[in-house]
Amino acid sequence: MTDLQIQILTSLVKVIAVPLTLFTLVPVMVWVERRGSAVIQDRRGPNRAPVFGFTLFGFPHLAADAIKFFTKESFTPANASRLLYTLAPTMVLIPSIVAFAVIPFADDILLSTSASPLVGSLGADGALQLGGGLVIPMAVARLDGGLLFAFAVGSLGVLGIIVAGWSSGSKYPLISAVRTASQMVSYELILGLSALGIVVVYQSLEPNAIAQNQGTTFLDIIPKWGILIQPLAFVLFLVAGFAECNRNPFDLPESESELVAGYHTEYSGMKFSMFFMAEYIAMMTMSGLIVTLFIGGWQVPWFSTDALRTILFKILGSAQIAVLATAVCQLFWFALKSAFFLWLFVWVRWTLPRFRYDQLMDLSWKVLLPLGILNLTVTTFILGLLAFA
Amino acid sequence: MNLTVRIYFFEILKGLRITIRHLFRNLLNWDEMPTIEYPDEQRKIPLRTRGLHRLLQRPDGEPRCVACMMCATACPANCITIEAKESDNSQVEKMPEKFDIDLLRCVFCGYCEEACPCDAIRMDTGVYSITGYRRKDMVIGIDKLLAGKGMPGSWPDDLLPKTLPGLKSSL
Repeated sequence: MTDLQIQILTSLVKVIAVPLTLFTLVPVMVWVERRGSAVIQDRRGPNRAPVFGFTLFGFPHLAADAIKFFTKESFTPANASRLLYTLAPTMVLIPSIVAFAVIPFADDILLSTSASPLVGSLGADGALQLGGGLVIPMAVARLDGGLLFAFAVGSLGVLGIIVAGWSSGSKYPLISAVRTASQMVSYELILGLSALGIVVVYQSLEPNAIAQNQGTTFLDIIPKWGILIQPLAFVLFLVAGFAECNRNPFDLPESESELVAGYHTEYSGMKFSMFFMAEYIAMMTMSGLIVTLFIGGWQVPWFSTDALRTILFKILGSAQIAVLATAVCQLFWFALKSAFFLWLFVWVRWTLPRFRYDQLMDLSWKVLLPLGILNLTVTTFILGLLAFA
Repeated sequence: MNLTVRIYFFEILKGLRITIRHLFRNLLNWDEMPTIEYPDEQRKIPLRTRGLHRLLQRPDGEPRCVACMMCATACPANCITIEAKESDNSQVEKMPEKFDIDLLRCVFCGYCEEACPCDAIRMDTGVYSITGYRRKDMVIGIDKLLAGKGMPGSWPDDLLPKTLPGLKSSL
């Protein structure tokens, strides 16, 4: 195969595998949410859908839910604007998946091809020297302005929510749409502003470059992750991220106690489940972003890509296998870090009550925005001093 | 509120600590969780809980009830309907022919127990989950009220014996 063919093939694999993984993880997250909430609240959680007598910790409930969603009537209210009402769930679901495209889940791998075979040997300093090989980025898309792309596409999801609320032809979804619009505008700002701190520090908008820059350590002990360089930005990003995903304590768009179910009140069956999946996939994308920007992305703590490759080369003896095994290690660590933040989403949801609407707005404009500007100012000032010195 | 509370961030961490403590405590002591799997497991209820009624029997199998209407009179919900007939026993004047309790009306106050001069009606069965598909399922007659006849489970032992005023021990 030529290099071009290999590139097309690997791109296809990534394009199919990444969304598939995200979709597969949705039921797992639903299970974590249900069982986690139950155990936090001293309950046992759903465990009553036996398959041949085995309840399997409540996993069969997810299959039962899926069957229910597929077979349920997809009802359209008489007042609804039919075209937009049908389109809205897609408009929410697609951006949440697409935004994941730029998030790197491992460092670039090198593939040995006939045109440029990958050769590796141990150098004089004991480090692995790699030559040749085709560079394959381990993200669906490698964009120079990848972070901008993630934020731009991520904020498109709001449009779907507003369209859903508007086209339902019902009071509560409309109120929810209005709320969503202003909440998203407010928190999108904080999200961008806090990410800007990281961008300024690492001088890049490319997620993989940002992750690569977090590979070193302070004093050989503490991994030099973004959270240590930009702690305030991390807190701001986390809070804004929760608001962006419409998760508690910022789930005003679907606040059940006031708005029935918010923008998806009038939706049923598969259309509702698309909103549902979009919420969880947005959480995964947000976790991936947080990890990439602040927790070192795919970095294995204390082991840079080169160090890992050297160690694995010594064990396995083949440059190609060492490179691939390194990517697997990094993928595992990326998944582990993301899993922690996904759990944090669940954990916070079952800890905090919902904000009142004016509190939400106050928090955004009177607290987080000034803090974000302060953070950016101080960061640029210090960087300027360092450049001067 | 002092400053640390108003910053709110530290309070969130405190809250998160509480919830994660519950999580780990429950995961490590799964069987000691306050929640029980209800239909499979029943909670142990106190002995004096007023549950479903029952009518007690004499040693010869006849109901202790003498159809004196005391319970029906005492009942604030008017849920007891008694029709009397002459008793076969020469020492007892009357016995109930019909003894219906409308459980949809019953407020489980226990006045019938207290009013009964013969300790014939009791609410000590421990059955507190009373269900039915139709209204008429919820009206129980003398055949069901008499111990062991179509009622769920075996009755608890007679742990709270009452004196039987006006009745000789031979009865």
